[in-house]
Amino acid sequence: MTNPWTDIKNTDLVIVMGGNAAEAHPCGFKWVTEAKARRGAKLIVVDPRFTRTASVSDYYAPIRPGSDITFLMALINWMIQNDRVQWDYVRNFTNAPFIVKDEFGWSDGLFSGYDPEKRDYDKSSWDYVIGEDGFAQVDMTLQNPRCVWNLLKEHVSRYTPELVAQVCGTPKDRFLHIAEMIGECAAPDKAMTSMYALGWTQHSKGAQNIRGMAMLQLVLGNIGVRGGGMNALRGHSNIQGLTDIGLMSNLLPGYMNVPTEAEPDLATYMSSRAFKPLRPGQTSYWQNYSKFFVSFMKAMWGDAATAQNEWAYHWLPKLDVPTYDVLRMFELMKAGKVNNYFCQGFNPLLAFPDRGKLTEAFSKLKLLVVMDPLETETARFWENHGEHNDVDTAAIQTEVIQLPTTCFAEDDGSLVNSGRWLQWHWAAGTPPGQSKRDTWIMSQIFQRVRTLYQDEGGILPEPILNLTWDYADPEEPTAEELAKEMNGRALADVHDLKDTAKLLTPAGKLLANFSQYRDDGSTMGACWIFSGSWTEDGNMMARRDNADPDDVGLFPNWTYAWPLNRRILYNRASADLQGKPWDASRKLMEWDGEKWAGYDVPDIAPTSKPGEVGPFIMNQEGTSRLFTRGMMRDGPFPTHMEPFESPIANVFNPEMRGNPVARVFVDDAEQFATSDEFPFVATSYRLTEHFHYWTKNNRINAALQPEFFVEISEELAALKGITRGGWVRVWSKRGSVKAKALVTKRLKPLQCGDKTVYVVGIPLHWGFVGAARKGWGPNSLTPFVGDANVETPEFKAFLVNIEPATGEAVS
Amino acid sequence: MTTDPKLDSPRTAVANPPIQPMPTNLGAGDVIRASAMPDLAPPTRELTPVAKLIDVSKCIGCKACQSACAEWNDTHPEIEHNTGVYENPHDLTPEMFTLMRFSEYDNPETGDLEWLIRKDGCMHCVDPGCLKACPAPGAIVQYSNGIVDFIHENCIGCGYCVTGCPFNIPRISQKTHVSYKCTLCSDRVAVGQGPACAKACPTQAIVFGHKEDMIAHAEERVADLKSRGYENAGIYDPEGVGGTHVFYVLHHADKPALYSNLPENPRISPVVEGWKGVTKTLGLAAIGLAAVGSVLHGLLGRANTVSAEDEHEAEELVDPNPPPERT
Repeated sequence: MTNPWTDIKNTDLVIVMGGNAAEAHPCGFKWVTEAKARRGAKLIVVDPRFTRTASVSDYYAPIRPGSDITFLMALINWMIQNDRVQWDYVRNFTNAPFIVKDEFGWSDGLFSGYDPEKRDYDKSSWDYVIGEDGFAQVDMTLQNPRCVWNLLKEHVSRYTPELVAQVCGTPKDRFLHIAEMIGECAAPDKAMTSMYALGWTQHSKGAQNIRGMAMLQLVLGNIGVRGGGMNALRGHSNIQGLTDIGLMSNLLPGYMNVPTEAEPDLATYMSSRAFKPLRPGQTSYWQNYSKFFVSFMKAMWGDAATAQNEWAYHWLPKLDVPTYDVLRMFELMKAGKVNNYFCQGFNPLLAFPDRGKLTEAFSKLKLLVVMDPLETETARFWENHGEHNDVDTAAIQTEVIQLPTTCFAEDDGSLVNSGRWLQWHWAAGTPPGQSKRDTWIMSQIFQRVRTLYQDEGGILPEPILNLTWDYADPEEPTAEELAKEMNGRALADVHDLKDTAKLLTPAGKLLANFSQYRDDGSTMGACWIFSGSWTEDGNMMARRDNADPDDVGLFPNWTYAWPLNRRILYNRASADLQGKPWDASRKLMEWDGEKWAGYDVPDIAPTSKPGEVGPFIMNQEGTSRLFTRGMMRDGPFPTHMEPFESPIANVFNPEMRGNPVARVFVDDAEQFATSDEFPFVATSYRLTEHFHYWTKNNRINAALQPEFFVEISEELAALKGITRGGWVRVWSKRGSVKAKALVTKRLKPLQCGDKTVYVVGIPLHWGFVGAARKGWGPNSLTPFVGDANVETPEFKAFLVNIEPATGEAVS
Repeated sequence: MTTDPKLDSPRTAVANPPIQPMPTNLGAGDVIRASAMPDLAPPTRELTPVAKLIDVSKCIGCKACQSACAEWNDTHPEIEHNTGVYENPHDLTPEMFTLMRFSEYDNPETGDLEWLIRKDGCMHCVDPGCLKACPAPGAIVQYSNGIVDFIHENCIGCGYCVTGCPFNIPRISQKTHVSYKCTLCSDRVAVGQGPACAKACPTQAIVFGHKEDMIAHAEERVADLKSRGYENAGIYDPEGVGGTHVFYVLHHADKPALYSNLPENPRISPVVEGWKGVTKTLGLAAIGLAAVGSVLHGLLGRANTVSAEDEHEAEELVDPNPPPERT
């Protein structure tokens, strides 16, 4: 989230699209209720289903699963056509004036440079014209036909309300009503907030869905302001922390990258990470990359990481593929190329697509280790549960070891919430049975592996033998030790970079924040963005001061928000070019003549004069981006793409299937279906009564929502002869499930041009272990394909068929 | 706040419990009415009336109230089946004192679909039909703060309370043969806390406090709903039962039946009103003459001494045609 949960109370308009905040985030949703009750804010919901969020909305519109880009581009088009643009913001705080290369273009649903053989783009044309001065050329009048603004205007001009009706199935009047409501927020004193979640991410073009809304928010001037923002509602209590500390195969902590094979040495690696400003005087904060990187390497290998050995760069793995994401791992596992798999707090047998493929893959492992506080289906993948897990146990040779772990309430530590707050928690209970903390288990394994390397040697033993492990009890590092390591410490005296006589932090002390990180080996810090969270002043994450000066909703002394305890990102953009708040009643930061002052920690240097340094300091431009250059694999603007399984051909290019650059493995491509055989669109989602596959272990949650069901419209029920509460079979090209039928008015058929689209809603909380009745997850049905940029599986739009099934209807 | 020792009734459900143990603030001296005890001694003081306000327009149907209710009261609702609806359990049960009821309504005036979600449970009537119908002395009591509570030790499981209730709330356990319903968390209120459901409600659709404060809050909510086009928004605090200590804010106060058949004009059945004499007689038969005139204090802790024969007689008196279950 750019803004904290608590700030949602400051909004004028909430749009929930690509999410279902009331059901999946009921506690955070209280701030929407606050905004409605106290500010008279309105709530819009756009969703294939009339959800429980829609039940408390002011306006609802249906949308066909997987057609969000069309809706969003049409909103931007409508804003431009109707002059609902916050011009000063767009001109100064976005890259609208930047001139783009003449070679860049779009036709037939594809951008320039597409290679169908490689399923990839040559992105060289997706860039700015760079002048002789080394800076990107701009036209502040926005007259140049090749400036980003005019290219955007042309790009979105294809997305009319009529196209929305045809592609999305959203009635034109509903779309226009929503456009009017949103258009009001182009005024500098109005703000809209976007709340989204996996309804946008779980598509083969998920990242582009989010881009679409981010661009709309920029056109309206709603980023960096109170009550605005792009607010990703994270689906687990610490999934924000997971990405922050880089638990992805291609990331290092703090959103740095694991090197690739094309970067054989540190100099090559750093050469593409210079992040020189693209406009004069801009901050481009990633210019500090080397400081964050070297400090990370010092945290990993301490004295063994030296300038001479390139800070141990050669001990880092080098990727030979873009990522070893979960989909790729299961592809490799299925091909027999994975021997051992550690599943730590993860239940992929229900959480990843195409369960049949997953079972086949697990069956080829030699060893599966499951670390979890709960019984999981994954740990029991080999066990026959009749129709619910019909496997031939005797044919599976995989050894499975379950290591029971503690849960969050049995351990000290921090959780990072959606609003980037690092909130410390204290153990509240004693771990049951023989369960152990994850850190204890990992330490035991590490100690033993290191001993093996010591005794027996091996290929490249150095990263293991030299790994820093200076914890008081090497058998079990404490949460406090790990947190301090992430904050960072001075290894030698750290001095001010300008006033070199000034000592900032003496050797051995905790660093105040990442501005003290150095790339000369004098500092260590495992996760630069967390720096400041545990300093010599103590554990900032443990703060519980709920004071909120002037009731602005920021609670600055409650726990710690990364970066630098900043509560709203890009907060300089809350004020105009002179540094005056756009909306005096919603002041956030203000230029007082000498410095930036206000309720938050400014993004830019506190003494940077307004009009000189742009608010978007992490970008080389100093501005935000309406056009993302070559940074995304599937285009610098979002363009409409159908799901891989769709009942409707792409209106721009009927030959194009799904996302043209998404990675598809050969066997999986054969498992994609067409609507001839599978005429109905399915989508998956959570219910508020449950949390994923955890709470089905709890009797009360199980009582509140006991049994697997699917939701269908009254029309589809009539068409297929399905009765409410009766059994149905739902199947895709990959699998079949049996469920109770919940027949509802809330999932009306969509009229997309001359095609009627019926949607089958499939909630995801049932499996074959736990207290609730046995059932299936939607992943028995879903296709094995992910987002082109980040490989999030396409769970939200796929094709199925449905029919009444035998089985006793219980009432 | 609720823990203020000067307050006789809590004003909010939001506050956290006090660190120090508190003496109970709800006792025999606060009872203003008790079933089948016409000669009850007057209360020793007058508590400030409390109320739980359920604002259906803020309710997201998350069932946190159901969960909190089961946790606090340590009940064990069954893991049933899905019958093609969101209600689970399917109805109020002796193990589930509150239930989210969902109804889908195509509003003919606006053309919009509405999903009306209402938390069902005891309304704590000012004029409680259950208490009036109950033949067992002291099995149902009403405190001066408005809470209507079942004293299970005195319950004979006859089911008259079910018949007497205009909202079809109490449920008789087939295991214990005792009637159960929402207590408005009288045990929490007694120590300055609001009901568990209100404490758990993430959107504060359920709020609790002095009834006067709750009415003022409800009026604000009605004004907000009117500003959003719900011209008939209003408060549901039905006069037919003398008003209630659990009351609603509805978007369509003119059509309460839209909300899973919330009664338009709930009244105690005339039959129950006419039962008074019978009740008294039965009460005497069931409890024995020795009970008459005994202080309520004693009854509150009394074991169920009803003989099997008495129980059989009582069962025969139960209305053979109970009101239909609402779905």
